Amino acid sequence: MTTALELPSTEEEIWRYSRINELDMSKFASGKLTTTVEGGEGVQLTGAVATALVGSGMHVQPDMFAQMNTDTPDVIALQIGKNKVHTQTVVITHSVDKSGVVAYPRLVIDAAENSEIVVVERFTSADNVHSLVVPVVEVHAAQSARVTYLAINELGKNTWQIGHQVAVGERDSNVRLFTVALGGDYARMRAEVRLVGQGASAQQTALYFADGTQMHDFRTLQSHEAPRTHSDLLFKGAVKDTSKSVYTGLIKITENGTKTEAFQTNRTLTLSRGAWAESVPNLEIETNDVKCSHASTVGPIDDDQRFYLESRGVPPEIAERLVVFGFFDEVIDRLPQSEFLAGIRDKVIAKLGGTK
Amino acid sequence: MSTLEIRDLQVSVGGTQILNGITLTINSGEVHAVMGPNGAGKSTLSAAIMGKPGYEVTGGSVKLDGQDVLAMPTWQRAVAGLHLVMQYPTEVPGVKLSEVLSEALVARHATLPNLNKTINEEAARISFDTELVNRAVNVDFSGGEKKRNETLQLAVLKPKIAILDELDSGLDIDALRDCAKRVEDATNETGMGALVITHYSRLFEELKPDFVHILAKGRIVKSGGPELADELERDGYAAYAEAAK
Repeated sequence: MTTALELPSTEEEIWRYSRINELDMSKFASGKLTTTVEGGEGVQLTGAVATALVGSGMHVQPDMFAQMNTDTPDVIALQIGKNKVHTQTVVITHSVDKSGVVAYPRLVIDAAENSEIVVVERFTSADNVHSLVVPVVEVHAAQSARVTYLAINELGKNTWQIGHQVAVGERDSNVRLFTVALGGDYARMRAEVRLVGQGASAQQTALYFADGTQMHDFRTLQSHEAPRTHSDLLFKGAVKDTSKSVYTGLIKITENGTKTEAFQTNRTLTLSRGAWAESVPNLEIETNDVKCSHASTVGPIDDDQRFYLESRGVPPEIAERLVVFGFFDEVIDRLPQSEFLAGIRDKVIAKLGGTK
Repeated sequence: MSTLEIRDLQVSVGGTQILNGITLTINSGEVHAVMGPNGAGKSTLSAAIMGKPGYEVTGGSVKLDGQDVLAMPTWQRAVAGLHLVMQYPTEVPGVKLSEVLSEALVARHATLPNLNKTINEEAARISFDTELVNRAVNVDFSGGEKKRNETLQLAVLKPKIAILDELDSGLDIDALRDCAKRVEDATNETGMGALVITHYSRLFEELKPDFVHILAKGRIVKSGGPELADELERDGYAAYAEAAK
């Protein structure tokens, strides 16, 4: 079925710089991931009620991959009731076990009024697995609900990801979407937040680190559709060896979005001469009386910072590690506390130390 | 006993010759002040000794106890016993002073059994707020905090020879006294030698120079004792800027 569809091309702005032209869907057949869910007691739904929640947060299909996911999703649905606080972090772990598979995991988080939930979703595979994961996570945060979601991409070197995160925040809700991208061959994430109720707020935060020939590709949207909404996006990454990263982000404020505050920052360190990164911030503002800023930088480690540390007697490779960790520090500070933070740190160290 | 021997050092920056042959010898326990007007090459001298990128040595030599300093990468110069106190210390986001000192000591194979205790003691000695030890180095520090931080590092790392590039700039009187006194103490307690680069002599109330050298247009045009600093304070640099032409 999938082979009949025409893939998008890099001619389209949203696919510009991507590796979509390399994708051959005929190499993949629909398959399943091995998935475990921990801490879901009391909030995880199954069967028809779970499937019925699909579409809670994503009302339109942003592209054909989201559509394919919607057509044949492997659903995990979490629903938390009004005024409930789910104290346990829900941890979902997906493993891609074999090559030649395209999988469509779908996570729905439906948080009722004044509820609170934290969810971590990990994607893993071995380096020799040539497969494609097309994950969609959709979040619906009702009035005053508080949702924290952390995606960790620890896919192997030959696994592709084309994913979506879509969140809708109602009045006075708070949604925090975190992404840690370390793995994958070409790993794309389109992360969109719609603030539709007055006073809704969202934070989007990402840490990415590509090496070898990896490519990390992020497309973000902060859509302010109600007054006094607030969004803050911070994406920081590094590219090493001949890897690549792309960030394009849009802050959109509709005419209803008066007194909105929206911030967007993307910074990428290029750690090798052969590495490449692109950063394209955009603003689209249809009303006055808003506070908005965006900042983007791509470049190598600051020479003065390096010299400062080396002049204290710190060897170059340690100085580089300190500066890179220092660079990631504000992102790591924002990440929700979880048992995975130490592992993330170790992987970043391994990537810094390794040469390919 | 250590000796930093600078001979006929010539340095250019961006193709322009800034230092035209500097010769200076600094022994343990000695304080050498290098004074001069703006643009004389004072900061270039400190940057070149430490190997800052962009400062090209076109002639001469720098030796520390006979070792060729110019052949070493920057970090090895520090490990060998040189230390640069910067005029404008660089902000390093997300990197704590304790991490920097810990790595600097590891590189010297000199792990202090109780680094934090040492840091706290040294911080108290110069009225440096220990809260700042666990913040990112120099980020959002005041001018005084930055120089106290530089002085603290010097006190913990105990170099053989320190190069102080305008320690006094941007400092209020209290911070200046604390930092200058700590450097003076190091010359007495651990026999540290110091190359003190400065525009003004106010630093010398606490840090007593044994020798004063006047740098103008990339050359040392006069050397003498502490009295030379008094003369400069009184008459200014005009005569020396003229002499260097």
